[in-house]
Parts: sequence; C-alpha cells; structure tokens
Amino acid sequence: MLSAKRAGRQLHGGRITYAVLIVFTAGSLFPLVWTAVAASRNSSRLAQTPPPFWFGSNLFKNLEIAWTDANMGTALLNTTIVAGSIAAGTVLFSTLAGFAFAKLRFRFKNLLLLLVIGTMMVPPQLSVVPLYMLIAELSWTDQLQSVILPTLVSAFGVFFMRQYLIEALPTELIEAARVDGGSSWRVVWHVVFPAARPAMAVLGMLTFVLAWNDFFWPIIALTQNGNPTVQVALTGLGRGYIPDQSVIMAGALLGTLPLLIAFVVFGRHIVGGIMQGAVKG
Amino acid sequence: MASDAPAAAPSKGEEGAAPRGQADGVADGRRRARRSRRYRLDVKWSPYAFVAPFFVFFLAFGLFPLLYTGWASLHRVELTAPTDMEWVGLRNFSRLLEDEFFWNALKNTVTIGLISTVPQLLIALGIAHLLNYRLRGSMFFRVVALTPYATSVAAATLVFVLLFGRDYGMINWALGLAGIDNIDWQNGEWTSQLAVSTIVIWRWTGYNALIYLAAMQAIPHDLYESAALDGASRLQQFIHVTVPSLRPTILFTCVVSTIGATQLFGEPLLFNGGAGATGGADHQFQTLGLYLYEQGWVNLHLGRASAIAWAMFLILLVIGAVNWLLARRLSKSA
Repeated sequence: MLSAKRAGRQLHGGRITYAVLIVFTAGSLFPLVWTAVAASRNSSRLAQTPPPFWFGSNLFKNLEIAWTDANMGTALLNTTIVAGSIAAGTVLFSTLAGFAFAKLRFRFKNLLLLLVIGTMMVPPQLSVVPLYMLIAELSWTDQLQSVILPTLVSAFGVFFMRQYLIEALPTELIEAARVDGGSSWRVVWHVVFPAARPAMAVLGMLTFVLAWNDFFWPIIALTQNGNPTVQVALTGLGRGYIPDQSVIMAGALLGTLPLLIAFVVFGRHIVGGIMQGAVKG
Repeated sequence: MASDAPAAAPSKGEEGAAPRGQADGVADGRRRARRSRRYRLDVKWSPYAFVAPFFVFFLAFGLFPLLYTGWASLHRVELTAPTDMEWVGLRNFSRLLEDEFFWNALKNTVTIGLISTVPQLLIALGIAHLLNYRLRGSMFFRVVALTPYATSVAAATLVFVLLFGRDYGMINWALGLAGIDNIDWQNGEWTSQLAVSTIVIWRWTGYNALIYLAAMQAIPHDLYESAALDGASRLQQFIHVTVPSLRPTILFTCVVSTIGATQLFGEPLLFNGGAGATGGADHQFQTLGLYLYEQGWVNLHLGRASAIAWAMFLILLVIGAVNWLLARRLSKSA
C-alpha cells in the first residue's frame, strides 16, 4: 500500500518531459562546447559567416599560446592555491564555530550567531575600498594572501555547519567523550570531525567552486602581468591583452576545464550538497 | 587563540604521566581537584576558542572594512594616495544624488535585474517540475544543469561576447536564417541589457532549478493524492499544491537572486570588451557595481566609490525589508 502511494507521485516522465529537458541540457552545454570549438580554430575563421560548428586543428597551438603568453599557466597554479587554501580554511573554521553554535553553551551565543547571519547579507562591494587601502599599505598588491585572507572564513559556512551538526551530532556522544575526561579539543578531533565529515566535504567543494570563480576582489587586488588568478587572466584577455579570439577562447577553456572535470567526478555530491543546503537554508 | 592553549595542553601531558597503582590519596585528590578545575575552565572557554578564528577574520576583513567604508565615504580620497583623506562631510552623497550616471546605473541595475531574475526563476521552476518526475538518467540531467554554475563569470561572458557578435556571432547568424538583419547587441540599449541578462540567466537557472527540486521532493505525497481525489489535473496540482508549498523557497531564491542582481559586475564589465568600465559607449549597461569600480579604480575617487557602496547597501536593506514584509504577509494569509 505504502509503495503504491509513493509511486503515485513519482510519475514517469513522458516524451515531452524528456524533450524539454534535452533542449535545456543542450542549452546548458552549448556555450561550453562552442568555447572548445572556437578555441580549436583561428581568428580569421571566427571572422566568417556562418560561424564554425565543428572542431578545427588549432586547439593545442592556441592552448599553448594561452598557457604562456596570457599567463594562464601561472594563473591556474595560483587559483589552485587560492581556492584550496580558502576551502580548507573555511571548512576548518566553519566546523569549529558551527560546532560551538550547535552544541555548546556560552555567553553571547545568540548575539554572536545573529552577527554571523547578519554578515551573510553584506555585499562584498562594501569592503573593497578599505581592503584595497589595507593591502596597499601592507604592499600586498599582486600577492596571493591579499585574495586568500579576506575570504578565509564564511558566514554561510558557519551557518551551514551549525544546521548540519544540530541533527547529525548526538549530544550524548559529546557527553560520553567528556565523561572519559576528554578535553574539548579531543572531543572535536574524535567526535565532531568524524560526525561532520559529509558536510565538511560538501562545504569544501562548494567553497572551492566559489573561490575558483571569485571575480570582483581579485581583479582589484591582482594584475594580469604580476600574479593573476584565472579570473584576472581571463579579464586581461577580454580587455584585449591578446586580440586573437581563438586564443581568448582557449584561455576560457583552460580556466573552466578543471572545474568541469571536478563536476564530472564529484557531480553527484555537489548536486546533493546544493540540494541539501537548499532545504536547510 | 591564546586563551585555549593552557586549557588544552596539560590534559595531553597528564595522560601519559598519570602514575597507576601507587595509591597516593592526597596527591590523587589534588589531581582530581586540578582536573575538575581544568575541566570547568575548558568547558567555559573552549567555545570562545572555537568561534574565535571566524570572528578574528570577520572583524579584520568584514566589519572593519564595512565601517571604514562609511568613514571613507565622508572624505575625499584618491586611489594614488589612499592615506591622504580630506573631510568633505556628505558631499560624496549629495553629489551622487545629482549624478546622472548614478541614476542611469541604478536604472540599468533594476532593469537588468528584472529581465534576468524573472525568466530565470520561472524557467527554473518549470525545469525543477520536470526533474521531479521519475526519469532515466536523472543524475545526468541534474549535473549538466549545474555546469553553467561551474563556469566563471569571465569565461561565460567571453563566450557570449562572441556569440552575440554583430558581424560574425552565431546568434545573429541564426536570426539571419529567420530573415532578421544583424543586430548590434552591444550598442543598443535594450539589446545590450538583454544580452547581459542572458549570461546571468544561463549561469543561474540550473542552480535555482536544483534548489526548487530539493524543496519539491520534501512536499508530502498525500497532498497530491487528496488533490487528485478532488479531481485536480496535473497542471492544477502544480498550481495549487506545488507552488504554495514552495513559497518559502521561492522567496529565498528571490532574495538571493536580487542580492546577486544588485551586485552585478563581471558580466557588464567584460561584455564591453576592452573599453574600460563604462558599460558601453553610452553607459547603456553600466550597473551600480560597475559604476563603483569605475569611480574607484578608473577615475581614482575612492571616497565616491565608498558612497556608492553604501548606497548599494541601503538598496539591499530596503529590498530585504520589503521581502521580510512580504514573507510575513504571505505566512499570515497562508
């Protein structure tokens, strides 16, 4: 009876459902595929009508030019360092703070939590001017810490981990560890981290994607010729640093490919993470 | 961070050193007292240690800049000499009110915000409804729906600049097949805004669809059953069961999309190609975020840029308040 009930809602998709979804899927993929098509041509072919629909033979040549002349090699390395550090920092600090907000008692807890939630609304534009003054004062322009440190913690992350740990971490488990004479740090290491691991993985992946694609602050703090991230290098390309359109597309492809590969590998988990975050948020 | 070190370190040392078997009652009692005092200190202070890293970074890179932006907005500050600040009171703000480019940017931000957010959320709702059917390859559809979200603003905009090209772009070529003359997407007012909105729609529709899908899967099945018993068609079920159940989620996506639209920056910056941060020859797609950047980092007026930042913040607060009132009315009427 129960299974019949469930099946009642989970109707099979009809032909029209599939047709619409396939059109939507094609629309989602087309600009990405065409990036690769354009990157495999040359600029004179891109200045003809009709535009190319299939791959040419210039892909590796264009990728090589983008890699060296447009600084994409340095940019990819830098972005990996930046996004990796931000993801690691966000996961660690969010888990610690999220645990405290979910399970521990301390004064000003609610006030501090309100502060965390309030900061989720503050747009990044509101802090760029002083941040720029700060890194100019410290001579951090074109150094990676100037883009890592300001985004190393995230209010969303704290809130996300708190919501997860409230349910996923039984209070008895903490108490049991405490009765054995464990300090808070032992509790964190042996009880909180293992319980939080799935949410930590999701938060890490989402943060990595966001940090990889972060745009506004990096193009202010870093420069094309100095120490660019991928987005800074692509902005340089878009502003005519190298006027060859097929090289620009090769750069765009290089900057997107690592995340696309990650999506192919971890796609299921990233989708699950976003959907899970949506229900809780 | 310093406060937690004394609490944590001794407990480690003690474990190994605790002598077993030598029953020394006095020392034992003292140790127990010491241990319980340490325990109390630990319980009392460790929560602060756990939240400290977040708040240290937040104070340094979040709250301080926020307040300092307010302070800087009351000064004349040049990018070339950011430490030379000259007090000008509210002049940066009063200038803004008379500044046609500011109003133009505000108008463009609202227009682009509307023509990107409304279709995006409507399409996402429809797609989510379809994804909620039992499908073959459902995970494939979901992952692919998310690939535009993985594409950066910069990469996406660079491709769309080519696709929207006036002479050789694929979109004009396709329209040409239908007998429509080449459109100069970049230089027209509404065409450029439509093109910029297209990039936003492309990047965010799948993401929002997944959020709606998650909420749809949480709707109890009995609701549909009783609706079906009352003779509601599938479309009626969608309108009378799905949409009302999704109300909080729809509101949530509206808030998030509105915040994103208010800050729109990368798409209009790069849609302009090499021509600086004007948002087109006639500023036809210059948004507030872009205008802030132009004032601060092209015209080198950090004080005015700060004033624009605060104006954006005020707009967000107004939007937040409207949303909150709306949510309250909705939940009352529900």
